[in-house]
Amino acid sequence: MADNVAGSPLLEVDDLRTTFTIPAGDVKAVRGVSFSLEQGRTLGIVGESGSGKTVLARSIMRLNLGSNVTTTGTAAFNGSDVLTRSPGEMRELWGTEMAMVFQDPMTSLNPLVRVQRQVTEHLCRHLNLNRAEARQAAVDLLREVRIPDPETRLRSFPHELSGGMRQRVCIAVALACEPSLLFADEPTTALDVTVQHQILNLLSREQTDREMAMVLVTHDLGVVAGRTDDTMVMYAGTVVEHAPTASLFADMRHPYSEALMRSIPRTSLPSHTRLAAITGRPPDLIDPPSGCAFSPRCPYVQDQCVNEEPPLVETDDPAHRLACWTPVGSPEARAAFEKNLAAGLQQAVAVDISAAPSSTGGVDG
Amino acid sequence: MGSFIATRLVRLVATLLAVSFLTFLLVNLLPGDAINALIPIEAQQDQEYVAQVRAEWGLDDPMLVRYGKWLGDAVRGDLGDSIVTSRAVSSEIAHRIPVTGELMIVTVIFSVLLAVPLGVMSAYREGSRLDQFISGGAQFALSVPGFVAGLLFIYVFAMKLGWFPATGWTRISNSISGNLMTVTLPALSLSVIEVAVYTRVVRSDLVTTLKEDYILSARSKGLRDGFILFRHALRPSSLTLITVVGLNIGLLLGGTVVVEFLFALPGLGKRLLDAIFQRDFMMVQGITVFVAMVYVVVNTLVDLVYLVVDPRIRKAD
Amino acid sequence: MDTALDPAAPTEAARRPWIRRFVSKMPWTTRFCASWLIVIVGAAVFADLIPGLADPNYQGFLFGDGATNESPSLTHFLGTDNNSRDILARIVYGARVSLTVALAAVFMGVVFGGFFGSLVGFVRGRTDSAVMAVVDVILAFPGLVLLLTVVTLLGRRDLVVIATVIGFLSIPPYTRVARANALSISRREFVTAARAIGTRKRSILFREVIPNVLPTLLAYAMVNAAVIILLEGALAFLGLSVEPPTSSWGTMVNAARVDLQINVWPAIWPSLALVFTVYSLNNVGDWLRRLRSVRSAAL
Repeated sequence: MADNVAGSPLLEVDDLRTTFTIPAGDVKAVRGVSFSLEQGRTLGIVGESGSGKTVLARSIMRLNLGSNVTTTGTAAFNGSDVLTRSPGEMRELWGTEMAMVFQDPMTSLNPLVRVQRQVTEHLCRHLNLNRAEARQAAVDLLREVRIPDPETRLRSFPHELSGGMRQRVCIAVALACEPSLLFADEPTTALDVTVQHQILNLLSREQTDREMAMVLVTHDLGVVAGRTDDTMVMYAGTVVEHAPTASLFADMRHPYSEALMRSIPRTSLPSHTRLAAITGRPPDLIDPPSGCAFSPRCPYVQDQCVNEEPPLVETDDPAHRLACWTPVGSPEARAAFEKNLAAGLQQAVAVDISAAPSSTGGVDG
Repeated sequence: MGSFIATRLVRLVATLLAVSFLTFLLVNLLPGDAINALIPIEAQQDQEYVAQVRAEWGLDDPMLVRYGKWLGDAVRGDLGDSIVTSRAVSSEIAHRIPVTGELMIVTVIFSVLLAVPLGVMSAYREGSRLDQFISGGAQFALSVPGFVAGLLFIYVFAMKLGWFPATGWTRISNSISGNLMTVTLPALSLSVIEVAVYTRVVRSDLVTTLKEDYILSARSKGLRDGFILFRHALRPSSLTLITVVGLNIGLLLGGTVVVEFLFALPGLGKRLLDAIFQRDFMMVQGITVFVAMVYVVVNTLVDLVYLVVDPRIRKAD
Repeated sequence: MDTALDPAAPTEAARRPWIRRFVSKMPWTTRFCASWLIVIVGAAVFADLIPGLADPNYQGFLFGDGATNESPSLTHFLGTDNNSRDILARIVYGARVSLTVALAAVFMGVVFGGFFGSLVGFVRGRTDSAVMAVVDVILAFPGLVLLLTVVTLLGRRDLVVIATVIGFLSIPPYTRVARANALSISRREFVTAARAIGTRKRSILFREVIPNVLPTLLAYAMVNAAVIILLEGALAFLGLSVEPPTSSWGTMVNAARVDLQINVWPAIWPSLALVFTVYSLNNVGDWLRRLRSVRSAAL
């Protein structure tokens, strides 16, 4: 897909690995992730908690704190690797080139500092504005993210604002210096359902207006549907499926993507239908299983899955990358499922009870 | 906010009343008749004279009556007279406050000035060699009582090097440099534990704060570490530090008794010790109530400082 | 013990005796400190049985065998003090005072403070306000001041009195710690659940609240024991702990301070014993707390 757009991509990540060393061992949170993102495009990263999506975003922004973190590989931003930059050089990028909106607006604003200073402090530093100019800029920003009565709000403390309002402030903070890449790390998880849509729409609008690239990290497939150009599904620190969002929903190939899709509650199903949870637990990242990391929970598991780790390769559609030996819908998968069901394998039985595995993963994508 | 202050003040007065009554009770239960301190045993043959003195000092009244009288005088600033020296307890206290007060203020200022940078460095480089060194040092310093530190300082700096006097006190009104010479070693002895306590508080608090999302968010805005550390991170930690300093005043007051004893300083603690040994109950009572008052007032002030610094509490009320 | 429930978990490490697994996690400093604590407790308990340990109150110079302020020798490993008493023996017997007082404080604090704190944190309301008001009053007294008065009041300064008084003074801080914990535990789901199924209040207090308050209280006890030993040392230094000739570390330091010019060692040895015991308690206590916080973070 890199070849149908001119110029080098804005962000090119190659074999990125992040490890946290703790007393119990090395937690391999991200285990070799590669992807690229063009100027002005959006990428959704989907996975359950612990899949490494947040760590991946923070690794690219170099925001993983602590002396026990090691990141290897490359993450080229505008052609230069950010992973080898010094903290001082990173500060040149932070705010002005890359920015991040965090999950919980309750905790990502300093409770003891007024909104005005939190919105303007980096404006003053990056753009050399004086107080009055910075204040005006802040008012404009708050107005832009649809905060009513921005002059009053600037004098508020974060706890005086509602959750949605706070997240709008956070977005204003992130957008203040016109970054070319925005990471939105589960920006709506901590918010009320009614506010979630507004915030997502605000992000989409700002992204389009500013022609900025955006990485939207979420555990909810429903959030990326229709909002991102591409979607990357992560499991246990690796990318298992990466495709244009539309084609991913039309043709879900990885058993994990399928399982995620199936675990979304749907009103179209008859009431009292058992919600299909993914059986088993997320894998131990200190000592990840050999072969495919999803194999212990996969209804289509066969011997090859346990022994050999599937590489992330292009399918018949070159934009659709997949890491699986038995893609959903393939004859091998069907055969493996029948065999597992017959053998009474827990994950296969669970799937069979809730709904027979459909050959096309997503029905309403 | 107004009602918050009112509640705190009511609690302050109630605690003071309770403390003063408890002190009165305890002191009046002290063994040995106060009359023995007032009249030499030999002179107690004269029953009439004894009775007269007892009446004069109100020793025969029921305890509640005596407490009421004493309290009535106390709120007017009259804590009675020492039964040993016959001097007013309040003027004795006033005379000794400068010594103990200076000792405590110097200790707290010195400890905070040393502990904040140590704690910040330690937390900022959490897990590094520097952190291990500072944390280990603080853990050790926490285990050195004032009298051991004081004795060590006396031995090294007074006896061996002769830089400071081993004992005694020069009032600041007599000589500023002389005063500094006499306050240094006692204050240092008291500081050992205080520095350790404050450093640990600043470190552990800051370590937690630095993991907060708003610190990450400030970093992602491209702000400098120093700016983040002092403008964003230290402010909530300073609240904790203020509380700990306030709560530690009680411990520090206890420490001054030991240090004043060791360095022979004419402070409140030394006076209290002497009064206890002399069974000077008026003096014990007066000093204890005074000290408890300082403690309670300081802690109320700490609560009020909170009110000023933390907007969440200001509004929550 | 959590691992025992998980059939996949038992590994080589889990089959080793728990004490060895426990020790193997300690950094070497903590191991050293724990060993010191074992040694000092053992020495204090079995002081009378240690072969070759001198009588702590035997003043050799009165009988012509020994002098005051002797240097270390084979008969007196740490030398003698200014009354020609064996310093090592006095330190060992002095440990009895420090440790008994610390034990009394921990025992009374955990039992009474733990109970009152858990109770009022659980039932809240008026009882809570009343008990905490009393606690506030006792805490408003500078500990040392109250202690001096009470000790003088009783007019008797043997180990039992000192230990009881300090033990009593330890109740308020434990009450606070226990109450704060009980408050947050009482809001947890399992307590609400127990209430919802109609469990009697007393059973909830003893089966749900107190067992969950106890670990925090014991971690606090380790650090508190260190503070108590320091407090007893200070009291003894002021001449207000157990009456002479019973030896206590603080008393020894105070007695040696007079002859500091002539001989510093009689002051140094008991100081070292005191500082190192307190340090060991702090070190092991901190380590236990870290271990606990790691474990609760993992849950």
